[in-house]
Amino acid sequence: MRQSNLYVILFAIGLTVVFGGALSLTSVGLKPLQDKQVELDTKKKILGAVMDISTIEDPNEILRIYSEKVKSMVVDINGNEVTTDEKGNPIVAEKVNIQKNSKLDAKDRVYPVFMFSSGSEGVDAYIFPTFGSGLWDWISSYVAFGPDLNTVKGIAFDHKSETPGLGARITEENVQNRYVGKEIYNDQGELVSITMVKGEGNTGLSEHQVDGMSGATMTAKGVNAMLEKYLECYSAFIEKTKSQNS
Amino acid sequence: MSTEIAEVSEESAVALKTKEPAEPLLSKRRRRIVSDPLNEDNPITVQVLGICSALAVTVQFKPTMIMSIAVIFVIVFSNLITSLMRNIIPNRIRIIVQLAIIATLVTLVSEVLKAYSYDMYKILGAYVGLIITNCIVMGRLEAFAMANKPYDSILDGFGSGFGYAWIILVVAFFRELFGGGTVFVGTPLEFDVYGSIGNLLGTTLQTNGLMVDSIGAFILLGMIIWIQRSKNGYVEH
Repeated sequence: MRQSNLYVILFAIGLTVVFGGALSLTSVGLKPLQDKQVELDTKKKILGAVMDISTIEDPNEILRIYSEKVKSMVVDINGNEVTTDEKGNPIVAEKVNIQKNSKLDAKDRVYPVFMFSSGSEGVDAYIFPTFGSGLWDWISSYVAFGPDLNTVKGIAFDHKSETPGLGARITEENVQNRYVGKEIYNDQGELVSITMVKGEGNTGLSEHQVDGMSGATMTAKGVNAMLEKYLECYSAFIEKTKSQNS
Repeated sequence: MSTEIAEVSEESAVALKTKEPAEPLLSKRRRRIVSDPLNEDNPITVQVLGICSALAVTVQFKPTMIMSIAVIFVIVFSNLITSLMRNIIPNRIRIIVQLAIIATLVTLVSEVLKAYSYDMYKILGAYVGLIITNCIVMGRLEAFAMANKPYDSILDGFGSGFGYAWIILVVAFFRELFGGGTVFVGTPLEFDVYGSIGNLLGTTLQTNGLMVDSIGAFILLGMIIWIQRSKNGYVEH
C-alpha cells in the first residue's frame, strides 16, 4: 500500500500543499517587516553617503532625520525633472527601483536625485544612486557629491553576494572612505569618473583613483564600470545644476 | 560517501533492535549520538562532507556563527520532521521528500533573516540557500532520521550540527585573525589584533591575503584534519 503509485502521488500532492502553504504564510506574514527593513536600508544608505549614522540605533530616528534633511527629485537623461511616469502616475524618488531601471536603455531610465541639506537653506550634498554588476551578482552605491558636484563627499556601497571578506569589503567604512575627496572631473572639465586600481597598498594615486582591495579585482572592475556609466548618465543634470548654481 | 552512510545505517539499525523499553533520556548510547559527530565521526573532518560551505562562509567569525545557527536549526528540525514522517514516506520518493523538507526549512530561515536581520541576510545571501545542498543535512536524514525515533534524531541533529559548527568556527576564527588582522568583527568582542600589536611595535602588520581566499580555508581545514587524525589514530581504508 505504501508503495502503490496512487499513494506516492497523493503523498507528493499532500506534501506540496502543506509545505507550499507554510511557506506562503510565512512569506505573506513577514512581508511588512521585510518591506520596512528594505525602506530603512535604502534611507540608511542615502544618509550613510553623507553622514555617520552608525551610532544611531533607533530606526525611527533615522527615518525622522531623513524626512527632515533630505529632499528628492527624479530627472531624465537630459537632466530635466520628471514628475510622472508614462501612465501619469507620480514618481517618488525613494520608490524608484534602481535594479529594474538599470535594465532599461539609458535614455529611457529615470534617475533619482537626493539633496541633503544640514541647515535650512541650500544643498550641501547631491546623492546619486548607481547600479551595476559585481563578480557574482548586482552591486549598487549611493554616491554623494559636494555643492560643486565634482568632489566626492561620501559613498555607500551595497551588494547582493560578493564574497565575504573580499568583494564584500566594499561595504566597509575604510574602503568607502578612500573615495572621499576624490574628483570626477579633470582640469579640462572632462568627466573621468573614479577608478579603483588593482591591488592594495598602492601609493601615488591621482585624485581620480582609489586604492583597491586585494583579492577582489573583479568586484573593483564592476564598481569602476558602474560609476563610470552612471556618472555619464547624470552628467546632463550635473552640468545643468552647475550652471544654475554659478 | 555511500559506504559511510551504509555503515551508519547498519549501526543505527542494530541500535534500534537492542534498545531497552525505558531508556534514560541521556543514556550512554544517546550521549554517544551527540558526541560522536563532534570528534570521532565529525561530518567535516572525518566524513568530509559540507566542505563547500566550510570554505565559502568562513572568512569572518560573525557570518559563520549565523550560518552555524542556521545549519543547526535546519539539521535538527529536518531530522525531527523526517523521523516523525519516516513510517509514511513512500520509499521511492524519499529523497525528494527529504529535499522538500530541507528546502522548506532553509527558505524559512532565509525569510526570517531577511525580516529581522537584514544586514546578515545581505552578507550570507546565497549561502543560506545553499544549505539545501549541504550533504551533511541530507546525509543525516537518509542515514539516521529515516530509521530512528524523533528524540534520537533530534540528538543526532544537534551532534552533527555542532560537529559542523565548531570546525567552521575554528576555521573562521583563524582566517579572520590572519586574513583581516581582527577577531570577532561585528560582535561585542570585536578586537583589532594586528592594529594593536602594530601600535605596540610602532609598525603596520601585513595581513595574509591567502587566508581571505578559499585556499586559506583549505589549508586550515587540512591542518585540523591532520591534528585530529593523529590524535584519534583514524586512518582511511
